[in-house]
Amino acid sequence: MVWRDYQKEIADDHFFYVRSCIRQSFFPGSEQFFLHLMREVLGKDVYENPSHTTCTGIGYHSDVVPFSTIQTVVARHYALMKEAGYKNIAISCVTSFGIYTEILETWKHFPEELEKTREYLYKATGREFDVPENVVHTSDLVYKFRDQIASAAKFRLVNKLTGEPLRVVEHIGCHYAKIFPKYGIGGAEFPHVLSGMIESWGGEVVDYPERRHCCGFGFRQYLVQANRGYSLSNTVKKFTSMKPYKPDLVLTNCPGCTMFMDKWQYTIREMDGSTFGADGESIPVLTYEELAALVMGYNPWDIGLQIHMVQSEPLLRKMGIEFDPRDKYLTKDGRQMPIPKDLINS
Amino acid sequence: MENYLELLKQDIRFVEGLKACMNCGICTAICPAAEFYDYDPRKLVDTVQKGDNEEIEKLLRSETIWYCGECMSCKTRCPRGNTPALVVMALRTLSQKLGFFTDSEKGRQQFAIKRTVGENIFKYGYCVATYAVRPDMHLEQGPIWKYILENTYDVYERLGGQINELGAGPLRKIPDDAKEELKKIFEVTGGTELFETIETHSRKKAAEMGLQFDEEGIDNEYFIEAYTASNKKHTF
Repeated sequence: MVWRDYQKEIADDHFFYVRSCIRQSFFPGSEQFFLHLMREVLGKDVYENPSHTTCTGIGYHSDVVPFSTIQTVVARHYALMKEAGYKNIAISCVTSFGIYTEILETWKHFPEELEKTREYLYKATGREFDVPENVVHTSDLVYKFRDQIASAAKFRLVNKLTGEPLRVVEHIGCHYAKIFPKYGIGGAEFPHVLSGMIESWGGEVVDYPERRHCCGFGFRQYLVQANRGYSLSNTVKKFTSMKPYKPDLVLTNCPGCTMFMDKWQYTIREMDGSTFGADGESIPVLTYEELAALVMGYNPWDIGLQIHMVQSEPLLRKMGIEFDPRDKYLTKDGRQMPIPKDLINS
Repeated sequence: MENYLELLKQDIRFVEGLKACMNCGICTAICPAAEFYDYDPRKLVDTVQKGDNEEIEKLLRSETIWYCGECMSCKTRCPRGNTPALVVMALRTLSQKLGFFTDSEKGRQQFAIKRTVGENIFKYGYCVATYAVRPDMHLEQGPIWKYILENTYDVYERLGGQINELGAGPLRKIPDDAKEELKKIFEVTGGTELFETIETHSRKKAAEMGLQFDEEGIDNEYFIEAYTASNKKHTF
């Protein structure tokens, strides 16, 4: 159940879609599956203008991009949206989502900033914009349609061998609801956006002490090599806290979190041999689109599970998903690619 | 000496981020940076709140303001509705405007961020893009990252990518006119000026430190210093 104060209006159809720098680089299959799900499976109208750019959020949160600049870059996206006739925006990135909500709240509390942004955008590009009617993160939409996904499920989050629900750690990106809890389903303390999917698809949500701790990205704390001890240490804190609960997978809704929780497991294992899953394995870290696609029976190699550092075969076996190892590293037209070495769990 | 508190009040993030702090310390309790760095956001906010100009200048020149990871967890918790991270963001912006950031090792890192993420925005239209994440600078990405870069086109094509080509799709090439609009936005809004300020003060600092500084790129001694140096005095 979601507290009444933290219910969120999520439009049903007609979205202007903006991509994520990190997600499209590290998890391109997730963004593409989201569009497939919305357009082909659910019959929704989702429009992408190829001319939209970075929101500059990573630069803003590493303090090389001023607030006026990012407000105007976001306003340009709103202008593209207005020109295409859309009023709802679906945002792929959690950092961007935090930026968009921060800017909307700023414009409410400091209307002079909105006027200044209108002037800046017009001066720079000749464009004009409207403030959107509905702002959602793409995980909000998968949450909204989670029961339809469940009704089309070919597999559930249940261990086929034991009949027990899979234990799933959900990790919500900090900027999804910690900045403005009212923009997140369930707020900041009890966000339901991912746990709702897990419950609907048959899994068991793991509660553990550091459940709401940051993944450790910290923007400049990762971007600069000298600072990465911050990033790594926070990830160790999280994984050490979840380890006793023997999670079968980690589910995230933020591009950076997915990447870090996947890659730092590799780094930690290289550094001191530590692993955090049951039986000495590492824990697969999936995006919500990857998990939805698995539940719906899509080929895991068409959504990109093979380009994670921690491979998902143990999870696929638990779910009873049959997969073809020979298909894993074939090109789109069926040519054999080299096989990467030294991946985890493969 | 300028009145730093008055300068900070010109940043609406500062106005929004600091009303009246009662020093309860919840921000420090929840802070991932305070867990691993010699850092206490409660003390930082209290220093600014007291308004002692010399103490604020010390902060602006310090390592302290660069420890926050901007996760914004403090925003959720503060019972007074303050946001220490927004105060930090205003301090960082002012430190760069005044050229104080090069006094600290962590502050000098702004040059490395500007030359990487900052310039990616103009080059590619993205803050981060696959081809801009060099494996030698990101060993934590592991063997899969090297593999992806060696087989980029085939990997992305199977997953629906549009790498370096015009049109909709992941990692599509951003059209030149869109990148031109981004540049104009930066010029009009002070983004370009901040980039130039970072360059100017970094060039000066490189000369002071006797380090090679190139006008472009990352293969120069000052970039490597900014990107990798650690005096090991940042933790408890």
